[in-house]
Amino acid sequence: MRKPVITIENLGKRYAIGHRRNGNEGLRHSIEAAVRAPLGWLRSQRQRKLSQEDFWALKDVSLQIKQGDVVGIIGRNGAGKSTLLKLLSRITVPTEGKIRIDGRIASLLEVGTGFHQELTGRENIFLNGAILGMSRAEIIRKFDEIVEFSGIEEFLDTPVKRYSSGMFVRLAFAVAAHLEPDILIIDEVLAVGDAAFQKKCLGKMGDFAQSGRTILFVSHNAEAVRGLCQRCIWLKDGRIYKDGSADEILEDYFNDTAGDISFSFANLDYGLTIRNVVLKNTRGDQSNQFRPGEDLIVEISYDAQRPLPEPYIIVGVQGINGSCFTANMLLDGHQPQTMAGEGKLACRFKSLPLFPQSYSVKMSVRTKNGHDMIVKYQDVAYFSVVGDLADYGYKGEFLSRASGSTSVVVPYEWSLPDGTSASVSLALPCK
Amino acid sequence: MTQLVIEAGRTERQYWRDLWRFRELFYFLAWRDLLVRYKQTFVGVGWSLIRPLLTIMVLTVVFGKLGKMPSGGVPYPLLVLCGMLPWQFFSTAMSESGNSLVTNSALISKIYFPRLVIAVSSVITSFVDFLISSAFLVVLMIWYHQAPPATVVFLPVFVVLVFGASLGVGLWISALMVQYRDFRFIVPFVVQFGLYISPVGFQSRVVPDRFRFLYSLNPMAGIIDGFRWSLLGGQSSIYWPGLAIAIVEVFVLIASGLWYFRKTEQVFADVI
Repeated sequence: MRKPVITIENLGKRYAIGHRRNGNEGLRHSIEAAVRAPLGWLRSQRQRKLSQEDFWALKDVSLQIKQGDVVGIIGRNGAGKSTLLKLLSRITVPTEGKIRIDGRIASLLEVGTGFHQELTGRENIFLNGAILGMSRAEIIRKFDEIVEFSGIEEFLDTPVKRYSSGMFVRLAFAVAAHLEPDILIIDEVLAVGDAAFQKKCLGKMGDFAQSGRTILFVSHNAEAVRGLCQRCIWLKDGRIYKDGSADEILEDYFNDTAGDISFSFANLDYGLTIRNVVLKNTRGDQSNQFRPGEDLIVEISYDAQRPLPEPYIIVGVQGINGSCFTANMLLDGHQPQTMAGEGKLACRFKSLPLFPQSYSVKMSVRTKNGHDMIVKYQDVAYFSVVGDLADYGYKGEFLSRASGSTSVVVPYEWSLPDGTSASVSLALPCK
Repeated sequence: MTQLVIEAGRTERQYWRDLWRFRELFYFLAWRDLLVRYKQTFVGVGWSLIRPLLTIMVLTVVFGKLGKMPSGGVPYPLLVLCGMLPWQFFSTAMSESGNSLVTNSALISKIYFPRLVIAVSSVITSFVDFLISSAFLVVLMIWYHQAPPATVVFLPVFVVLVFGASLGVGLWISALMVQYRDFRFIVPFVVQFGLYISPVGFQSRVVPDRFRFLYSLNPMAGIIDGFRWSLLGGQSSIYWPGLAIAIVEVFVLIASGLWYFRKTEQVFADVI
């Protein structure tokens, strides 16, 4: 029986939804309150708490994680994933409940926090290492290893501000990857960096897990969770909704997100509400699973309380390795004359040239001048491409690796030395 | 194996142990601030010397030449410098530590470590500046052929006192700034007025005796007097009640500063 390394009992975190902007938390208010009730300061504190609207970001969460477990945590935005990680990494304190942790814990909520733009790569390794809790001696011992992992030897004495974003991420992850804690908490760090490096990071985490250490991994990237974790916890509205084997939970999670796409967004300044975003397939049926070569229709229902003249709309598809393609009115110039009242708008991506992986649909709306964001670029729907690549003529020995490949396949043709040629495409097989 | 228990409503017992574990971070953060401060500057560390030099010239002209304040037989620039070194340390520490938590908000919302490290290391940064500027004092004393008196052995006491005062005020201001950004306006104000209220450009002897006690309520008055007394000798005699007040105030500032900082520290990540 492996022993539990993290035990959480009835954990809860409450935030007061702020009226902070109104000056309730400001100095003037505090002084005023103190002057009005010099002795009843405590009482006034309590009253203020009651008058504010409370929001439980996390409630009644109890769970146990055993040594060597690799646990994925999934859930929508606002489900409480980040709050849970923040509590575990002691960035904030719980409102109620208890957490017991056995062993050295390190958390990586963001790659490169604590890096200073003006300092060189070498200086930043030391600084970041110290911030993450490494001792000076430890950093010196691992220095060469870190530099090698990051692959930025030549730029070690260049200020980080001159790095490309890829180099920056590589160096930052390299430092964090060499922390060697007993328990590692990771939040979405793989959302950045190129494919090769992401693979390297996943590999490093795999090694880490194999050496009997515990990992908590939060990600939107279902494939990464599937590849790395045995167990998966699904958070919904601040509570544990499901807890079980990764394959099972991910399957359920996917079907659930497919069932109700309840993305909605309102921008009061412009009087625009995006009611929902629905994905449809070639036949026009609502779906969240597509075959390679099928059409993807992104249908956006909106309500413009005030007419919006010539808004720019951008719809894009993003895969595990980054952005795949976009339909961008800023570039193609096909913006509508106006958006007024309730209406619909759709974008059809024809014959998806995508590998069977998970994807998200992103969108944004900008004003006529192209600068002001009415809806900021964000995930509005998720879908997966499913299908047997063998049906498309794929027969490689390493076909199983397609799940980690780049996502887009433009039709191509090999011309071989013997004069023959072979064409490959993800067009729907004619049956 | 280390065990950690996080429980609602309890101040962590591990806090002081963590502070020890992260002790090297004091050094690293101070090192970072010093390193960053003079990157891409032409004069570099020279600014630590130019700043006091210019201030001395202005104060000497204004108080010494125009105001005809008594110098007590010491060259006036030297008199000013002895007051300005501790004052500049105190005021830089106050403004730097005040902003320290807010400028490091990215760290605070993403990584755990005792937040005390940030505030304290910004005081340490100012202290290093103070040490560098002190080289200037040595140069000036040689220039004026002014040998330090026997009382110079007490100098470390006053250095500790000014460090304590800076730390205490730094803890208060940094913690307050997280919640009340009003202090972003208050601090520069205090620094500006403090330069003229504290005996930097003149000796506190010029304050009429009946106001002397009141005047000494400013802890920097006692500390600056102490610096002058230990560096320039008997001509600038020390006002003992003032010194006693300063010592008590420094202790109260540190103790209350620590208390307030610890009390508010837990919600830093939520409100910053």
